[in-house]
Amino acid sequence: MTTATAEAPTMTQTWQTLCNKADLVPFSGVAAWIETSEGPVQMALFYLPCGPNTPAEAGHATELYAVDHRDPFSGANVIARGIVGDIQGEPVVASPLHKQHFRLTDGQCLEDDAVKLRTWPVCFDGDRVVIDVR
Amino acid sequence: MNTPHSEKHHLIIIGNGMVGHHLVEQLIERGATDRYCITVFGEERHRAYDRVHLSEYFSGRDAQSLAMCDADLYAENGIELRLNEAVTALDRDAGEVVTEAGRYAYDRVVLATGSYPFVPPIPGNDRDNCLVYRTLDDLDAIRAAAETATTGVVVGGGLLGLEAANALRGLDLDTAVVEFAPRLMPMQVDAEGGELLREKIEALGVQVLTGRATQHIEDGEASFHRMVFQDDKVLETDLIVFSAGIRPRDELARDAALEMGERGGVVIDDRCLTSDPAILAIGEVALWNNSIFGLVAPGYQMAKAAADTLLGGELTFAGADMSTKLKLLGVDVGAIGDAHGNQNPGARLFRYLDEIKQEYRKLVVSSDGRKLLGAMLVGDNATYDTLMQYYSNGLELPEDPAALILPATEGAPTLGADALPEGATICSCHNVTKGSICATLDAGATDLGAVKAETKASTGCGGCAALLKSVVDHELEARGVEVDQSICEHFAHTRQELYDIVRVEGIKTFGELIGKHGQGLGCDICKPAAASILASCFNEPITDAAHIPLQDTNDTFMANMQKNGTYSVVPRVAGGEITPDKLVVLGQVAQKYDLYTKITGGQRIDLFGARLEDLPDIWGELIAAGFETGHAYGKSVRTVKSCVGSTWCRYGVQDSVGMAIRLEHRYKGLRSPHKLKFAVSGCTRECAEAQSKDVGVIATEHGWNLYVCGNGGMRPRHAELFATDLDDEQLIKIIDRFLMFYVRTADRLQRTSVWRENLEGGLDYLKEVVLEDSLGINEELEAQMQTVIDNYACEWADAIQDPEKLKRFRSFVNDARPDPDIIVTEERGQLRPA
Repeated sequence: MTTATAEAPTMTQTWQTLCNKADLVPFSGVAAWIETSEGPVQMALFYLPCGPNTPAEAGHATELYAVDHRDPFSGANVIARGIVGDIQGEPVVASPLHKQHFRLTDGQCLEDDAVKLRTWPVCFDGDRVVIDVR
Repeated sequence: MNTPHSEKHHLIIIGNGMVGHHLVEQLIERGATDRYCITVFGEERHRAYDRVHLSEYFSGRDAQSLAMCDADLYAENGIELRLNEAVTALDRDAGEVVTEAGRYAYDRVVLATGSYPFVPPIPGNDRDNCLVYRTLDDLDAIRAAAETATTGVVVGGGLLGLEAANALRGLDLDTAVVEFAPRLMPMQVDAEGGELLREKIEALGVQVLTGRATQHIEDGEASFHRMVFQDDKVLETDLIVFSAGIRPRDELARDAALEMGERGGVVIDDRCLTSDPAILAIGEVALWNNSIFGLVAPGYQMAKAAADTLLGGELTFAGADMSTKLKLLGVDVGAIGDAHGNQNPGARLFRYLDEIKQEYRKLVVSSDGRKLLGAMLVGDNATYDTLMQYYSNGLELPEDPAALILPATEGAPTLGADALPEGATICSCHNVTKGSICATLDAGATDLGAVKAETKASTGCGGCAALLKSVVDHELEARGVEVDQSICEHFAHTRQELYDIVRVEGIKTFGELIGKHGQGLGCDICKPAAASILASCFNEPITDAAHIPLQDTNDTFMANMQKNGTYSVVPRVAGGEITPDKLVVLGQVAQKYDLYTKITGGQRIDLFGARLEDLPDIWGELIAAGFETGHAYGKSVRTVKSCVGSTWCRYGVQDSVGMAIRLEHRYKGLRSPHKLKFAVSGCTRECAEAQSKDVGVIATEHGWNLYVCGNGGMRPRHAELFATDLDDEQLIKIIDRFLMFYVRTADRLQRTSVWRENLEGGLDYLKEVVLEDSLGINEELEAQMQTVIDNYACEWADAIQDPEKLKRFRSFVNDARPDPDIIVTEERGQLRPA
């Protein structure tokens, strides 16, 4: 396992296979389509491989993040196309439309306390990317 | 709180020159619009413009760029500006201002009518092509007359006369200056200084005739006019400009029976009130203490005092220092205080004359040698700021005052910013002291820009720019402020430093750059900046695996993201030239993929509404038809706009389309700190609007004139003339260097216009670097440009051949459906976001 996730997933009903590792783009995002019990969800999936520059001390404990693909400010489904990076050690994505930053760990918008993206647990299972949509 | 309109007093300002405008600014700043309903009358068509820099009108600036403020400043503040409406009378009995259009009631009036050029009463002075130099309309008349002229004469060798001579020279006329006094600039310089000035000006090809009184002007033989002097000598010329001093525009006041000076001018007191306390006067129409002040700084001080008077304050005008620092025809002239040494009995002189370097400096000091009373400088104003500080602040002179004017090689003492007292005036136009600059810094300003914005220092004539910078730098240092220029939290470097690091160390990836010189993962600031630097240096495809995570979404998908997450596609149409066949293909592609089409300002066609997953197919069809990417998405060279030029146009003098296409293909794909727009016009009519571009080329009879650092958009800036009459190869060489120097030194997202404004040393420095190779880097800059050109490849052609790269264009990584949330509606026969 190449995962840095603390807990390995237990394969219950809620974990679904999304795609393969080869579908991801290192240090960037892709969009995924998921059917959940509450309806379809467009999800932005980010892959930050651990490396010498990974800010390990600031809670960057995982290589994979899944957040809403929908940009709450514009209503457009574009978050996966934002630039990822870190602010004060916290991994973030910047909306490609108006550059608001969203924390990848919990989806919180750094510019507006009232705005938050949904997040889902995601990790590698071998070469597969699996997600818990509950 | 706003007073209701009906209860406000009516304030009428007559005149919209620099001083009248300054009054308006002062009134706005001090909230006077709450008390007054303000109307401003301007006789000219143009709103207030910078008359100090009028001669630049002939070197590329226009009325817009000379304007003192944004077009809507007055309206935004509820001030009515009535231009092109001359006031004809001041009816004090009725309390009304009269114009040809009507009568306007007033409670208070400010006369800011300025002055008019004095035309000596010489028989023949009213002939055609006898003109004056004061307004933009005057300049238009001079320009029109110059079209059929080869020679021009300026009558008057003072400050304004030499400015006018410079303007005539700028119009390529053989120019002469005729002065009645025995020397040029008799008010500012003495006989030695005047002689040196003459030599320097004659060396520029301007003929100087002093001690000449024109008797009359008649028909010439070889030229349009013949001027006959007191000794019966004659001078023939096609065009005459009178610039023999100014006279106050005081006719309104005279007709209204206000108290006048013996030789004109409306008498005012220290509060700028005329003999009728409802009426104030400021600027060159006002006579204070029997003096008219013909400079802008005293006018501004009067405006300030007048604003205070109107608001019930106590600020007074207490006279003004007439010290001046000028660059006339490229020659430095400075005069401080009692420059002639004839107002202070017992004054002692120090004089330094260098006839080789052509520099003259004179100090007038008190009899005990302790205080500076005046100074005169010709040929070099380097010591002006220091001398001015000694003079205006009454500082004790060094033991040997001569050291102040001796050549600097001997270690002349310079007066550091720290030696200045708090009360030292740094900017005399806006009366900003060192103390007020320090207060601004204490209040939180952290750089020169903030100080300028807050105090307006150095925004008048700009003469104090160097001094202001040294004071700000010094004071910031004294406060222990080290201004953090880091690009973001991941690099303790500026963009320029990162650029140098990349070049010197040959770093080719962001991973290596941040690993060696930064920390963390990077962010949306440093990643695109690094991507741009890497592309500028090595020009590898931006979609390569190492580079793709760095790009803004537009670069990532090589298209421009629109508000609904779809993209617009702009193929390159070099020079705006397109074959009918290609035009048909664009239409077919747009039809097939339901794209909204619009013509862009850069002479291309923009196809909107392309879905992410359709981009590769769209480009496949475009490339098959011979198109290539247009880089509309990149911080890079965009388009080279052109007019049809000599190929079709009956006015064209060069093949502007051919040159535009050549330039566009040369520089396409050049990534830079910000986007770059070009244009090429085939003649001086400038249909391609090259003077609003980063790089503008205008054809001349002899080749090409190059303009640089213009801008349209949010903050328009007129491009500046950089080099003239270039052949094709010279033009390209200079543009190569210019662009690479910009790429190398600009800040991230800094357009050439802002870069140029922040460039220390300004246009002259840029010319030295690019034209004269003062830094010895031109060969390197050219080689770098060649690398970029050699490595150019269409990014889309590269991407559609690479299955790995195409994977990015899937709507969903696990599902082929298109994004169902993109909803469109029809408008005017096309689709747009719902």
